[in-house]
Amino acid sequence: MSTASVPVRAAALVRRKPPPTVRRQRFLVAVANHSLLIAAAIIFIAPFGFIVLTALMTNEQALSVHLWPHPFRWRNFTDVFHEAPILRWTLNTMIYSSLATLGLVVSSVPVAYALARIRWRGRNLAFMVVLIALMLPPQVTVVPLYVMWTRLGQHIGFHFVGSLWPLIVPNWFGDAFSIFLLRQFFLTIPEEYLDAARVDGCGELRILTTVVLRMAKPAIAAVALFSFLYTFNDFFLPLLYTGENPARWPLQVGLAQFRSLHQVQWNLTMAATLLVMAPVIAIFFLAQRAFIEGVTLTGVKG
Amino acid sequence: MSPAAVAEAGPVPATDRRRARRRAAWRRRGLVFLLMSPWLAGFTIFFGYPLVMSGYLSLTHYDLLSPPKWRGLANYRYLLHDDPQFWPAVRNTLWFIAIAVPLQVLFAFGIALMLARAKRGLGFFRTVFYLPALAPPVAATLGFVYLLNPATGPVNIVLGHLGIQGPLWFLSPGWAKPSLTLLAVWGVGNTMIIFLAAVLDVPQHLYESAELDGAGPLQRLRWVTLPTISPVILFSIILGVIQGLQYFTQAFVAANIAAGQASQAGDTVNNLGYPQDSTLFYPVLVYQAAFVNNGMGYASALAIVLLVVAFAVTSVILWNSRRWVHYAGSVR
Repeated sequence: MSTASVPVRAAALVRRKPPPTVRRQRFLVAVANHSLLIAAAIIFIAPFGFIVLTALMTNEQALSVHLWPHPFRWRNFTDVFHEAPILRWTLNTMIYSSLATLGLVVSSVPVAYALARIRWRGRNLAFMVVLIALMLPPQVTVVPLYVMWTRLGQHIGFHFVGSLWPLIVPNWFGDAFSIFLLRQFFLTIPEEYLDAARVDGCGELRILTTVVLRMAKPAIAAVALFSFLYTFNDFFLPLLYTGENPARWPLQVGLAQFRSLHQVQWNLTMAATLLVMAPVIAIFFLAQRAFIEGVTLTGVKG
Repeated sequence: MSPAAVAEAGPVPATDRRRARRRAAWRRRGLVFLLMSPWLAGFTIFFGYPLVMSGYLSLTHYDLLSPPKWRGLANYRYLLHDDPQFWPAVRNTLWFIAIAVPLQVLFAFGIALMLARAKRGLGFFRTVFYLPALAPPVAATLGFVYLLNPATGPVNIVLGHLGIQGPLWFLSPGWAKPSLTLLAVWGVGNTMIIFLAAVLDVPQHLYESAELDGAGPLQRLRWVTLPTISPVILFSIILGVIQGLQYFTQAFVAANIAAGQASQAGDTVNNLGYPQDSTLFYPVLVYQAAFVNNGMGYASALAIVLLVVAFAVTSVILWNSRRWVHYAGSVR
């Protein structure tokens, strides 16, 4: 701003007030914009509202035309645990999620580094192949993989089908989406930092484990977060591999079967639904910035 | 060139220098191989091998019990000419990609535009519109099947108060896909965040110069905002199409719950595509062929067709995009 040194006249020229008609028009547009936003926000929030209200109703009320619980039945949230082994399902989800996420981060970081910061022949081709793997629908490879796990199980006498291992193990070999996201982030690290480390006598491995890892913390956090979300929400593959063995069901498979388990009522089903949504939403509020930055990173740099 | 090679150059004889350089090059190759090895192994086992196997199995009859029997192209002939569910599944998936995906992009873009103009409460609104995207798909689908329950669901009750007779939603073949579309539009949060970041990133001076040239709000949207964010639009369309081709969870859960509700006889196997195959999307068909009917060979043939289509569609979009996507500062 030039207001500090130049007399007030010049400042008035720069920041001239628009005429009243324009100002009124702008005000009206802003009001219309906010009204639309508020209306849309109410529509977006309403499903959560109805789910919460139903989760607090008695069964008879959930099947009536009344929308407000009367009386509030807080017991639904404890009854749910008697109706279905939710803790068992949660444990299975935690096992799947933590082992998969750990392996995915450890295996994807070096690959992303090699694709981003080391020059070698065939690098672009390798990156293209990663992108193609990213676009491929999982249904294309699912049949041979299922056959593979079945046969492998017959060979060594362990029932992979019916366990969580076929879901976990592939994550230990690098995940295309995480490699992509980490590579995009590694590209943004200024070359000067790496050169400084090289001049100090660091080998590429030392550079990766010290300089790059320390700078890439937000990106690694985003990748771990997305991996947790993905595994927590995952349904298709868990349904295939654990569907026949209820003892290994993760939360999502259990929840999908919840209503048909013993003709469970809607109020309890909605209480279970809320319980399954809660961890994700809680994590969102704890790590809101990492979420938004991570999502943005996937899109803008793409 | 690595620093080590540079340091060794100088008074050392030429052959030694060359040898040192070669050694450095080999060390570098070894390092790249080491770093890439997790992915090389994973790609071979979980991507290359299954892809080749899919191709082979698609030419056989295989039920997991007896060894695969060679059938030539019989699976493909059956799929194109005789399977009564193949074309309905293709139509359902195309319907979803042609209607739900554009609606998602439009909604995400519209909300992002309104948010970008919001003077107050940006953080609050952003959270509200993003939250549904976080709801696990199974949970969100359960919620929507309840909300859209024809007789006692809140939506039809509210519609009834307004004097509108609500449709049968997930219980009617005509309304099942629109119901899933509502669910999909509800969960556009991720796309919305990406659009919002892109819209806020449009350089302000472009708007100012357009305004000086006398462009109204709509013209500024058409000639400034849209071209600048076109790479993001392309990204979200491709992502939407890919996800459309993989659409499974919501359709599976909705059909299962709605069918159980209608018959009170929750038998998962026969519920796929309920009502009347209207939610039988292509991935559901693959699932049914492989894991309900145990036809691993036929399911592989379906998968190969999906692979070809997925590639064709994404390359057509990418090819077309050269005409309308504008990359700032790059010659394309």
